[in-house]
Amino acid sequence: MSRPELQAPPEIYYDDTVAKKYTQNSRNQEIQAQMTYRALELLALPAGRPSYILDIGCGSGLSGEILEEEGHVWTGVDISPSMLEVALEREVEGDLFLQDIGQGLGFRPGTFDGAIRFVHTLDSYRYERLMLPVFSISVLQWLFNAETSHPTSSPPHRLSRFFTTLYAALKNPSRAVLQFYPSSDSQITMCSTIARRAGFGGGVIVDYPNSKKARKVFLCLFVGTGSYSGSTIAEEVPRGLEGD
Amino acid sequence: MRLIAHHILACHAKGCTSNNFPLKFSDVESQNAEAEFSPDFLKGFYPKIEWNVLITTAKEKFIKFGEVSLPEEQPNLEDLDEETLKKIHHVLLEIDVITGKMSCPNCGHIYPIMSGIPNMLLAEHEIA
Ligand SMILES: [Zn+2]
Repeated sequence: MSRPELQAPPEIYYDDTVAKKYTQNSRNQEIQAQMTYRALELLALPAGRPSYILDIGCGSGLSGEILEEEGHVWTGVDISPSMLEVALEREVEGDLFLQDIGQGLGFRPGTFDGAIRFVHTLDSYRYERLMLPVFSISVLQWLFNAETSHPTSSPPHRLSRFFTTLYAALKNPSRAVLQFYPSSDSQITMCSTIARRAGFGGGVIVDYPNSKKARKVFLCLFVGTGSYSGSTIAEEVPRGLEGD
Repeated sequence: MRLIAHHILACHAKGCTSNNFPLKFSDVESQNAEAEFSPDFLKGFYPKIEWNVLITTAKEKFIKFGEVSLPEEQPNLEDLDEETLKKIHHVLLEIDVITGKMSCPNCGHIYPIMSGIPNMLLAEHEIA
């Protein structure tokens, strides 16, 4: 059976019940927290001052709350009204936008100090209800959806639109850390090629490459390579974590 | 959405690459929100502020929320005192738009705001 992102657009997939269940699930909360800290590490933001962070696919704001705790100000975009509604109910501090990132982001140039994106792991309730196999999905996968035959719906077009507008929305220097579960090596190649064409440096990081369960793939993308408020952004991509 | 969100938005419809900021507010309902005062964040964001847009927006639509007596000319970052920073903080982070519309000065696309969330989705023919 195929992944859910290949079956239905996300705004349909995450209905109100799923959005609530997802958010209340303590395992999801834990995973989001872990991933947020890892993403913050890879972002390597200037130490000692709050940054302005774009949370792409912010969902119900679980990662946003960690950003708040770390003293940052954030803005989130998501395509699921149900998820955003849960975020509102939970009174997160970040501003929220209903947006399909494949259409491009509508932010002024050089707005953000960094951008993050996490995987969404569906809870068991959903698996049972839809009898779908267990897997994880992420926003980048939605970009591979071709919903109509219109040229702007093609995966390369959507990816290109996303990376171009994300690049523009970020400050120089800064980074974007995007986690995704590529279904094939060609998806990794396609993402990094289009990201590079949009102007990004950086590359792919794999955490726990030898563990089937813990393996995680990130795109760690750089805007510029200059001095970063005293510290210098290393030009090489950070190393992935080792172990199982 | 708070006014800082309005301040970072530009129309992203097809062909809209200039004169697409600021989006024009109409039919706005807003409330006062409280946010933690962070001078360091404000100073980091300060170079992004279009002063004229900030004071015009605040005066036109949101004057009922407290004193927005910001200077007409943008002060230099080094000259910012705490009082001015607090006023900027209030305008950017404590005025919360609940419903309304934002329209693009260039193409006229309307981004509706419902329950505090702007709908940025475009129709197929508007996608660049
Ligand atoms: Zn426009």
